[in-house]
Amino acid sequence: MSASEATVPVAQRARAHSVAEAIVRFRELGIVLALVIVVGGTAIDNHLFLSATSLQQLLSGAAIVALLAIGETLVIVTRNVDLSIGSILGLSAYMTGDIYVHNPHAPIGVVLLAGAGLGLVCGAVNGAIVTLCRVPSLVVTLGTLYVIRGIDASWAGGNQVGAFSLPDSFNSIGYGKVFGVPYLGIVTIICVAAATYAMRQFRPGRDLYAIGSNPEAAHLAGIPVDRRVFSAFALSGLIAGVSGVLWLSLYGSVDSTAGTGYEFEVIAAVVVGGVAIFGGSGSVLGAALGALLLNTIANSLVVINVSSYWDQAFQGGLLVIAIAFDRLISLRLAPALRTRRSTRAAG
Amino acid sequence: MPDAGPSSAPESEAPLLVVDHASKSFGAVRALEDGWIELRRGEAHALVGENGAGKSTLVKILAGVYRPESGRVLLDGVEVVFDTTAQSHAAGIAIIFQEPTLFPDLTVAENVFIGSQPLRSGRRIDRRRMRREVELLFDQLGVKLDPDRIARGLSIADQQIVEIAKALSTDARVIVMDEPTAALTQTEVDRLFRVVETLRARGAAVLFISHRLDEVFALCQRVTVMRDGRHVVTEPVAETSTQKLIHAMVGRDLDALFPKVVAEVGATVLKVDRLTREGVFTDVSFSVNAGEIVALAGLVGAGRSEVARAIFGIDRPDAGGVEVNGRRLPPASPNAAMAAGIGFVPEDRRQQGLVMPISIERNMALASLDRLRRFLLIPRLSERRFASEWATRLQLRYGRLSDPASSLSGGNQQKIVLAKWLARRPSLLIVDEPTRGIDVGTKAEVHRLLSDLANEGVAILMISSELPEVLGMADRVIVLFEGRISGEFDRSEASEVSIMRAAAGVATEAAA
Repeated sequence: MSASEATVPVAQRARAHSVAEAIVRFRELGIVLALVIVVGGTAIDNHLFLSATSLQQLLSGAAIVALLAIGETLVIVTRNVDLSIGSILGLSAYMTGDIYVHNPHAPIGVVLLAGAGLGLVCGAVNGAIVTLCRVPSLVVTLGTLYVIRGIDASWAGGNQVGAFSLPDSFNSIGYGKVFGVPYLGIVTIICVAAATYAMRQFRPGRDLYAIGSNPEAAHLAGIPVDRRVFSAFALSGLIAGVSGVLWLSLYGSVDSTAGTGYEFEVIAAVVVGGVAIFGGSGSVLGAALGALLLNTIANSLVVINVSSYWDQAFQGGLLVIAIAFDRLISLRLAPALRTRRSTRAAG
Repeated sequence: MPDAGPSSAPESEAPLLVVDHASKSFGAVRALEDGWIELRRGEAHALVGENGAGKSTLVKILAGVYRPESGRVLLDGVEVVFDTTAQSHAAGIAIIFQEPTLFPDLTVAENVFIGSQPLRSGRRIDRRRMRREVELLFDQLGVKLDPDRIARGLSIADQQIVEIAKALSTDARVIVMDEPTAALTQTEVDRLFRVVETLRARGAAVLFISHRLDEVFALCQRVTVMRDGRHVVTEPVAETSTQKLIHAMVGRDLDALFPKVVAEVGATVLKVDRLTREGVFTDVSFSVNAGEIVALAGLVGAGRSEVARAIFGIDRPDAGGVEVNGRRLPPASPNAAMAAGIGFVPEDRRQQGLVMPISIERNMALASLDRLRRFLLIPRLSERRFASEWATRLQLRYGRLSDPASSLSGGNQQKIVLAKWLARRPSLLIVDEPTRGIDVGTKAEVHRLLSDLANEGVAILMISSELPEVLGMADRVIVLFEGRISGEFDRSEASEVSIMRAAAGVATEAAA
């Protein structure tokens, strides 16, 4: 007699629980929804926002941040952070310019390799200090942010390398398109897809999540914690190095300030994209979508004639909302998950 | 291996695993002086000793977490050295640690298989197979857990089950279980025992660490006793007794384990009236009088802790109310509950009862700051005087009062939590699993303490999964089944059978 009374709230709770879990699991859907709203809303105001040129700009503009977000996600998922990526990007971009100034016919492959190598070295230094010396990554990469920027500044001095020093074949990476889709967009989409897949399907990818979720347990489970964290930093550096080369091909000129402040734009994108700032959860796809969303909002503000000064305020606001949302979800979710033993039948 | 029968491992065969005169110190503390243990194929071997006897250190040596300073580890007669946990895994040693070591953000299935997920072509993780194998393991353990849910929010018992599944998934030859039953109910313990039998039949050796000696006798063939970091004795369980084991563990005989004195029952202190939290517990009404110890029994998940949380104002009930000394408490206000004289010793002392990194004295003073305060400051000296007074009264074993709480053994940590609340002179004390994971000696002290408190007129509401504790300590037993009261027994009526029947929901009609 009391059985039917008792089962009703349980079933409701189960539904509430599964809805809450769905929100967490498919955070990407929420960002896509936000994107649709921003794009749609702006297009109502100005239909040119949906023109091919405008969409191409959105994609190219978001591409570099989205690429950097891949590496940053790898690092943040392990409960670390990499603040040095903006400086690595800047140094790599200036080095690329310098290579072309002294050697106008350098093949693109070599230039990309040089950028990758530079980034890898910087990332490896970050990773080595974090894992060997047990210094919090926030401190280590804040330090290397300034050290690398200093190297960049002393190398570049007041110099600027302009587009006229760069070969056309190089510049075409930045503005070239296939079937109307910018090269940079294609590269980014492929990289994001590959990284998302790898993080889901391969053991080292899962190890990164495990480390961020419970470092002590990861150690006890036999996961090579230090090696994985080191690799995450090395990869993040490598991606920043390659991004520096691509950045130069997109913007066409570089001085010692290139990439300043990128780290915060990227971390904002990653967090808005649903990667937990204290590690353990989130996806590369979400982070890339976060980058696209922030860039789209920035562009839409221009289109609807809001002063671009507001752009940063919007980005910051969105960042706070994203983190608050995460906390709220996990606070609401925890009791929902605790109240009963979830059964296979319900799932 | 195929010839080696379950319990007929020939004596002549080389033992599967030997830890030979191992030692390990941390700074000046010698955690392990002379660790010795020998495991045979197909044997369930108990390792017992008080907290601080060196059991955990020995386990961590087997796990590859610590390297012994002297002595050897022999596997199949060959000396092995584990520098990393991965090497210990690879050698076929699986460890179920006392503190669950799950990854809250990963799914249950991933938690079981982390680091050794089944692979398909291209070294990709085969999620379907992983899911299937986890379901098989859970079937074997007889539990219903969704492999796809994330581990965050699992109850401690469920976490323990995931840990056990993790150890079983590796086909290990040596399985170490450090207090696996501490959080489990009797039904779950029975299932675990059946799993251990299966493992033995496969020729694996199980090292079983437990404070519950009845389990040692029920499950194991041999038992090793450790004391003060040293091996004391190893003998077949058939040739020993509880009394002999306790003597070997503490080096002296203990009096009765449950020194219960029936106190004079006074006025009603706590009155719980039709308390309901939807989907968790329904229509829970009972009262606790001054000088009375009332036990809240039932299976894990029956809603016992949740009722306690609602009484203390941590969770908001949907209906019903709580009265303390005749005054109704506002719902969902721990502050009001504390002001009304309720003290609450939670189940998970590490997470909810203590601030591990801060000092013993600070932890003790935490709930009495309003009394110690001089204007806005807390004088260090009065904090220390306060702490040392309570440390003496509870016979706390500690280095210095300024040491972090994490430096103490489990039993002594529990004493700090108790001291914290006792100092407030509560009229009602709620204790949730007060002696879980605590060694026999300290356990008796905690029981004596609770008994003394009741004698002084404190009303005590005790949640416990250990039937002997419930039967030994309680003046009255209230049993919950699926969130409803399914039985209430006086001390004279309460028995293992009556409580278990009510806890399993069998006696529902009779009680209602």
